[in-house]
Amino acid sequence: MSLSPDVFTYVADLVQRRAGIQLDAGKEYLVEGRLQPLAKEAGHPRVDAYVRDLRVAERPADVQAVVEALTTNETSFFRDGTPFRLLTEHIVPALRGPNGSLPRLRVWSAACSTGQEPYSIAMTLADCVGPDTSVEIVASDLNTAVLERAAAGEYSRIETNRGLPSSMLVRYFDAEGTGWRVREQLRRQVTFLKHNLLEPPAFGGQFDVVFLRNVLIYFDLPVKRQVLEHVLAAMRPGGFLVLGAAETTIGLDDGWERVPLERGAVYRAVPRVPAWGLPTATSPVPVVLPAARGPLTGAVPRTAPPGVLPHARPAHVPAGVPAPVIRPITPAPVRGETR
Amino acid sequence: MRALVVDDSRTMRRIVAGILERQGFEVLQAEHGEEALAVLEEDDRFDLLCIDWNMPVMDGLELVAAVRKNRQWRNITMMMVTTEAEQSQIVRALAAGAHEYLIKPFTPEELRAKLELLGLVSVKELA
Repeated sequence: MSLSPDVFTYVADLVQRRAGIQLDAGKEYLVEGRLQPLAKEAGHPRVDAYVRDLRVAERPADVQAVVEALTTNETSFFRDGTPFRLLTEHIVPALRGPNGSLPRLRVWSAACSTGQEPYSIAMTLADCVGPDTSVEIVASDLNTAVLERAAAGEYSRIETNRGLPSSMLVRYFDAEGTGWRVREQLRRQVTFLKHNLLEPPAFGGQFDVVFLRNVLIYFDLPVKRQVLEHVLAAMRPGGFLVLGAAETTIGLDDGWERVPLERGAVYRAVPRVPAWGLPTATSPVPVVLPAARGPLTGAVPRTAPPGVLPHARPAHVPAGVPAPVIRPITPAPVRGETR
Repeated sequence: MRALVVDDSRTMRRIVAGILERQGFEVLQAEHGEEALAVLEEDDRFDLLCIDWNMPVMDGLELVAAVRKNRQWRNITMMMVTTEAEQSQIVRALAAGAHEYLIKPFTPEELRAKLELLGLVSVKELA
């Protein structure tokens, strides 16, 4: 009892349009298996008939249910351990100011599924930042059903046994029925929001860290680029992007540079500057000119406005400290009428 | 890798031993804490002890404390495998020196996940 080709093509196209996820030929078994419960619920003994029925009306709630059923929600606490260790050992220390201060930390857990990832981030941060740091974690997913579960913070014993150390379990969870519930103090740190990665996030930007793990693998090339662009726009310059171990931004988007940290797929948002290296009034951050690397050549010396000294360090900057920060240049004032 | 399964139920010992053997462990068994200590005195080259809580002669918590007291055995990882599901019991076992806690009943995947957590088997990427 396999799926008709036209039904598979329709479903694959629907999931591609709505979620950007590619379902290649050969995934008929997946479509059939995941849609079977929906078909049964709608009173259709076969998935074929259910999809043909759906196709006629394309009611938004039904379409959403199909997309949700076909998007993978596989997850576990501290999945693949390494990213959480890197968060503690490298990312958080790199985000601290020169005096070690870290007043605010905004993290986005994209495609968070049932919430194990954002709660794992919250537990990790609880252990490595002090009360002086205000932690805000935004967790998003396309699937409203998994978001509701995530926000409730209730997990079965099977779920907590996967990846969650018992020491963390007793510190951050309370036994509830036969399962466990994340304590309110931790739940309060995480805001769950519905978001489709194909669209720019509506919940603001300036994230210091974005976890986008095992998501890009489901997308084709143009969609990967689009998703990375949305993520980059939501990041603080210099912020960190954590991908799945088998994922990369290389060859997709040059807005990132790889941070060479052992097995981790960690990238850093490169501050965006115009091709000729000077800041503009709209530059999101001050741009550091590479004064220490010697005289600049090319367009900068010729086109730089007065005040930019590409060949010399200003006298007040002591040797050995990072290159001076050049403030964004405001547009030239509009001149009054010449008489 | 070598493991010692300590449980007064023969069936449970066989189940746990079977899962561990499939993960490549060489497994020995003991019926209670005192027998486990005797095995360890004889030969202590174990990476893991899987310990039930309620057993005659010497219970699991006493065994954990006894192993923890002996500096020679400080590298042995101890996991409680028990029906005791109260949060306070988990806290007690961890405070006594157990590294992990698995509540019965459990699936082979759950036991494997605990072994991954303890770094005793390599991490299997999820599908």
